[in-house]
Formats: sequence, C-alpha cells, structure tokens
Amino acid sequence: MGYSVNFGQLIEYLPYLLGGAWFSLQIAFLAFCGGMVIGLAGAIAKTFGGPVIARLTHLYVVFVTNTPQLVQIYFLYFALPEIDIVMNSYQAVLLGMTINAGAYLTEIQRAGFTSVRQTEMEAAETLGMTLLQRVRYVILPHIARVLFPPLSNHYILMTLGTSMAAIFGVEELTGRAFNVNAETFRSIEVFTVTAGMYVVVTLIASVLLGLAGRSLFRAKMRIV
Amino acid sequence: MWQRLTEEAPQFFGYYNLVFLAEAAFATFALSAVGCVLGFLLGFVIAVVRRTLAWELVPLRSLAFLFTEFFRRVPFLVTLMLVFFIFQALGANISVFTVALISVVLIATAFIAEIIRAGLESVHRNQWDAAAAMNFSLWQTIWYVAMPQAWKIVIPPAFSFFILFIKDTALASQIGVLELTYAAKVLNNKGFSAVLVFGSVLVLYFALSYPLTRLGMWMETRLATRGHR
Repeated sequence: MGYSVNFGQLIEYLPYLLGGAWFSLQIAFLAFCGGMVIGLAGAIAKTFGGPVIARLTHLYVVFVTNTPQLVQIYFLYFALPEIDIVMNSYQAVLLGMTINAGAYLTEIQRAGFTSVRQTEMEAAETLGMTLLQRVRYVILPHIARVLFPPLSNHYILMTLGTSMAAIFGVEELTGRAFNVNAETFRSIEVFTVTAGMYVVVTLIASVLLGLAGRSLFRAKMRIV
Repeated sequence: MWQRLTEEAPQFFGYYNLVFLAEAAFATFALSAVGCVLGFLLGFVIAVVRRTLAWELVPLRSLAFLFTEFFRRVPFLVTLMLVFFIFQALGANISVFTVALISVVLIATAFIAEIIRAGLESVHRNQWDAAAAMNFSLWQTIWYVAMPQAWKIVIPPAFSFFILFIKDTALASQIGVLELTYAAKVLNNKGFSAVLVFGSVLVLYFALSYPLTRLGMWMETRLATRGHR
C-alpha cells in the first residue's frame, strides 16, 4: 500500500554490499580455520584422551551445540567485561564463531576418526607399511573422503551464520545491508539483493567445494 | 565478580523475573515447536512434489526446487528482515511474533524438504518400479514403500535441524519478539549482571534443546538396531 518497489536506487551501493560479502567470507574462513584446530584437538581428546578429558570435551561440545551462537556472542561481548576482558565487536564475533565451530567440527572429525576400520590398519601393517606410510596412504585418504562433505556443508552453514555479526555492528554483508537500509529506506529491495548475494556466494562455494571434493578426495558429493 | 553475583542473585531470581523468563522461554518454545511441526509437514509436501514425474507439474516442481535452494542459502536474519519488511509494506496488521513464526516455518520447510528428499532418494529405484507395477498411487508408494525405509535416513539430520531452529529463534529478538534472548537484553538493561543474565538464558536454551537432542539420539539408535526387515 503506497510502497513501490524500486531497485534503481541500490545500484550505487552494489560495490559496497559486495565488499561486505567478501568480508563475510573472510570471517567464515577465519572462524572455520580456528574451529578446525579446536575440532582436531577435541576429536583427539575425545578418541584418545582419558575418561576425564573425553568427558570434559563432551561437555563443551554438548553445551555449545545446544545453545544459540547469538547468545554465546552476547555472553562474550557483555559478560566478559565484568571480569575485565574487553573485546571489540569483531573480536567477540570471531571468537564466538570459532568456539561454536570448534564444537561442531569436534563431532564431525571424531566421526571421521572412528570411520577408519581396525581391519584396514591391520591390513596395512601386514603389507609392511611404516607408520608414516599408513598415515599417508590409508588413514588420510580415508578420513578426507569421509570428512570432506560434512565439513564443506558446515562451512556453508557458517557463511550464513556470519550474518549474526551485523547485530554487533560488524560491517559484513548483513551489517552493510542494515546501513544501506538506514540510508535509503528501500528495505525490501536491500534485503532482497542481500539475500540474492548470499545465495550466489554460497552457490559458488558449494560448486567449488563439490568439484574439489569429487576430484581430490573421490568424495560422494552432489554439485549443487 | 563473585561478590557482585552473590549480591544480585537473590534479587535476580525474584518472582517477577522468574515469571518473565518463563514467559520468554515459552515464547521460544512455541516459536520453535510450531515452526518445526509446520515446517516438517510442508517440507514433506515439497519433497513429495519434487518426486512427482508428470510433465504438467514441471512449473510446480521448479518452484519447489527454487524455494528450497533459496531459503537454504539465505541467513535466517535476512529472511526475518525480508518477511518483516514485506508485511510492513503490505500494511498487514500482524504481530512480530507471527512474522518470526512465518520466517521459522519458511526456513524449516526448506531444510526439512531437502532432508526428506534425500531420504526418498535413498530408497532404491527398483522399489519405486515395483510399487508402480503393483498399481500403487504416488501417495501409497510414498507412505507404504518409501517412507518406512527412509525414516532411518531422515530422522538423525531432522533432529539436528530442529535444534538449529530452536537456536535460530534467538534472532527473532532483533525484530522485538519477546523470547529468551530479548528477555535477557531487557534484564541486562535493567542493570543486572550480564554474566548472571546471559548465563541463565544459556542454561534455559540448553534445557529446551538438550531433551530434543537426547530424543533424537534415542530414535537414531532404535532405528539403527531394528535393521533390515
């Protein structure tokens, strides 16, 4: 009622929004790398650590995966200053996303560890492979093949998750969309364009990851 | 910090705050429960539509495909804003709770449709042919042949997405829905310690979603041990 859709006004803001999309990808990538490190440590702790360490890691995973990332970042951003740890919004978001990713990636990588069967290891040993050879030719190809699809799925979900940073004033894609919306009042158009950009970005990421997974690791993946 | 916490705790856990938090927790629960149930039903319908073969249904099939691909690739926050502003532009007089509910249903439908589609695809081609040879209708094929075998594939990811939707409702606080996260912000603005406020809200979210996680794990083991029939 009295609202006419007009995309023309947004053209000058497109580079600004695209820059935001690039920033979103960077945040997701950094958090994913950090999460991989935590996840690897967590998966090792859960598989090979004693009962106490495994239990503690399990607690971390269960608590983090069952509470919203948004509230976790709120906690880091607003509660930690009470014990004199002050972070800016970008640091809080990055740390929150890394901790969150770490929990999910622990579970994913642990599943990869347990997918290497004992008989395969024994077969490799019978063939006279050294430990290094076993890791290189048996464990790694197997783990990569099993792990690559869920990891790339999680990476896509994390790229979408970066939109939360906008709430804390980080100027990634959604944050910049809020800014453009405040300047132009073209709300529907701004968020449609933003949604479209997310679709394109994650589609490109999916296709690239799918191709990489198929050709490098012989993983069973769908392209799109 | 401990001193502040022990000083504030009795006041924070006073009657009115507890009622306020309980109401907020109920809003979160209602949003995610209705979202999941409606999302599951609609997602089922979309998955079945994508399974049809008639050429007359090609437009409907492509629409279902576009719907799932779009809403699975847009962040919930952006979906929420889009739904919010579209209803605002239409001049519709609906509450922010309804806006949030519609958004949850939209993404739940998209994600669940994809899971159920994967489940249906896991059923061997021959089973569909056999059902067709016995003159089963599409509905009968899905209900009596495909789904009994597909549940095993569908249930585990479906539960982890239900948990995801509970957690996504936290974003509804951004359009002013009074749910747990919004309640936390209100209490924090009243001057209560952020550790206390956000800590309790994290625990409440955990209390909402952990039983669902356990239920999912229980169903998963039950389905796994039943084996081939």
